[in-house]
Amino acid sequence: MSLQQLANRIQENFADGFLQAVEWRGDLAVTVRRDKLHEVAQFLRDDPAMDFDYIVHVSSVDWPDDEERFEVVYEFYSIKKRHRIRLKTRVPESECVVDSLTDLWKGADFMEREVYDMMGIRFRHHPDLRRILMPDDYTEGYPLRKDFPLRGRGWRDTFEFLDETAR
Amino acid sequence: MAFEDQRTTVYKVDPTHPESETLPTLRTEELLLNMGPQHPSTHGVLKVILELEGERLVKSTPVMGFLHRGVEKLAEEGTYHQFIPHTDRLDYVCAMYNNFAYCRAVEKLMNITVPERAEYLRTIVAEVQRIIGHQFWLGTQALDIGAMTVFFYCFRDREILLDWFDELCGARLTTSWYRIGGVERDFTPSLLAKLKQFLDYFPPKIDEYVVFLEKNRIWLARTKGVAVVSAEDAVSFGLSGPTLRGSGVDYDLRKAEPYSAYPKCEFSVPLGKNGDTYDRYWIRVMELYESVKIIKQCLEQMQDGPIMADVPSVTLPPKQRVFTNLESMIQQFKLFSQGFNAPPGEIYCGTEAHKGELGFYIVSTGGGKPYRLKIRAPSFIHMGAFDHMSRGYMIADAITLFGTYDIVMGECDR
Repeated sequence: MSLQQLANRIQENFADGFLQAVEWRGDLAVTVRRDKLHEVAQFLRDDPAMDFDYIVHVSSVDWPDDEERFEVVYEFYSIKKRHRIRLKTRVPESECVVDSLTDLWKGADFMEREVYDMMGIRFRHHPDLRRILMPDDYTEGYPLRKDFPLRGRGWRDTFEFLDETAR
Repeated sequence: MAFEDQRTTVYKVDPTHPESETLPTLRTEELLLNMGPQHPSTHGVLKVILELEGERLVKSTPVMGFLHRGVEKLAEEGTYHQFIPHTDRLDYVCAMYNNFAYCRAVEKLMNITVPERAEYLRTIVAEVQRIIGHQFWLGTQALDIGAMTVFFYCFRDREILLDWFDELCGARLTTSWYRIGGVERDFTPSLLAKLKQFLDYFPPKIDEYVVFLEKNRIWLARTKGVAVVSAEDAVSFGLSGPTLRGSGVDYDLRKAEPYSAYPKCEFSVPLGKNGDTYDRYWIRVMELYESVKIIKQCLEQMQDGPIMADVPSVTLPPKQRVFTNLESMIQQFKLFSQGFNAPPGEIYCGTEAHKGELGFYIVSTGGGKPYRLKIRAPSFIHMGAFDHMSRGYMIADAITLFGTYDIVMGECDR
């Protein structure tokens, strides 16, 4: 099944949830409405023509100027059919919650926790949504957001510059 | 004494005994134990909170992030070329393969075709790195289990290859030899001779490692039937590399999405049956033989030619020309200070590193810096299956579980 056929098949089955399909450099990226994400993902896993049994990664992108600020990116692979797809959805900052896919792919557990930790997107029905790389009591924000400075926030900024050069 | 702890359970010594009421009771308690973060066998800095019933693992919670350095954030602040040395520090045991995976991703983004000789050079060095990685794994895993000799034998042979790397690029571990569009420098005749000599020397040494382990009762008892994961679960957890193939799932990116010079080489992908540590060990040993085979074929097929793609707006000029030629110097300066202009778009490119699928997801909005760079690190994803795979085993098996994934925390925490 070619990538175009894959995109068409998703569009046929989810006429109202389907937003966009882009094929670039041999990668297919399909954007869906966030309330349909779980349904589409389940379809991708269970439909015999799709058969995406392998979760590759979960990622997120921050677009601060857009109305729907965050983009959640799932990448799936089919070991039997040897094709790949990228499933994307957008969430606004005011309500950055998407349905967790942990019930479909067990590996989504840690990957979604990382997205929560780094970007602050919450996953509904996730069994254990805690920070994973940053400490649990970290209060300085979500490091991979674009408005988070590279040097970090918090106590480092309160240091005064001491001139220790010889006079 | 009253124990208010909710985990405390009080058992009758023998509940069926007719005088059970008068018999003494036995108090058992679930024990919480911190393993790490400074435990030598956690292969870095990893803490696992083990919930124990006696010596059995009831539940384990990995606590990670002690080596988190914000590599993905740093990537957004530098140019594409400047990120190559950062990839060395992900999986510091196998830096070459990280460079390779990253350069392939950027080449996919920029749509660059790498010249044929460079592809062969890349494949050879990547396979040498795979040998080093598996030697390192075998040595440390055997050491964790208590077989010290194998460790010395593996590291003796690994040292030969590290010296070879030293001669190739001037560094043993943090190599940065791959470049976007090719490689930094060609093999010298001395390097070729040393590699050929190693290929003759090495296969009997693999047999030597195996001799130490295949009839070692401690090794067999601690690897066979330990850390079993079914094929279905392994796929669902997103495991990759030998950890996935140990369960009999035929998924190797070198075969599934052939890249570099792999489609021109003949090699097989060993598969396990039981999905336990022993099968993964056997796969890794077999891959050592396969790597030797691939390198031999590459050396035979390799022809002379350029080692860098000729795309001046993206690829670096040869170092020799930078020192003698004004235009090349300007080219080098501009590429490192401003970077090249990447087209807006997003790609994902996975590469079969010796641990598993190492992928880079790059989002570009144009300009010289990646807008977002996400690293799909196999060690991190393997840790997601730790709790599932550890339940019901003994506490000592937790050590071999870290080993069975071939975990390196630099990559896991990024």
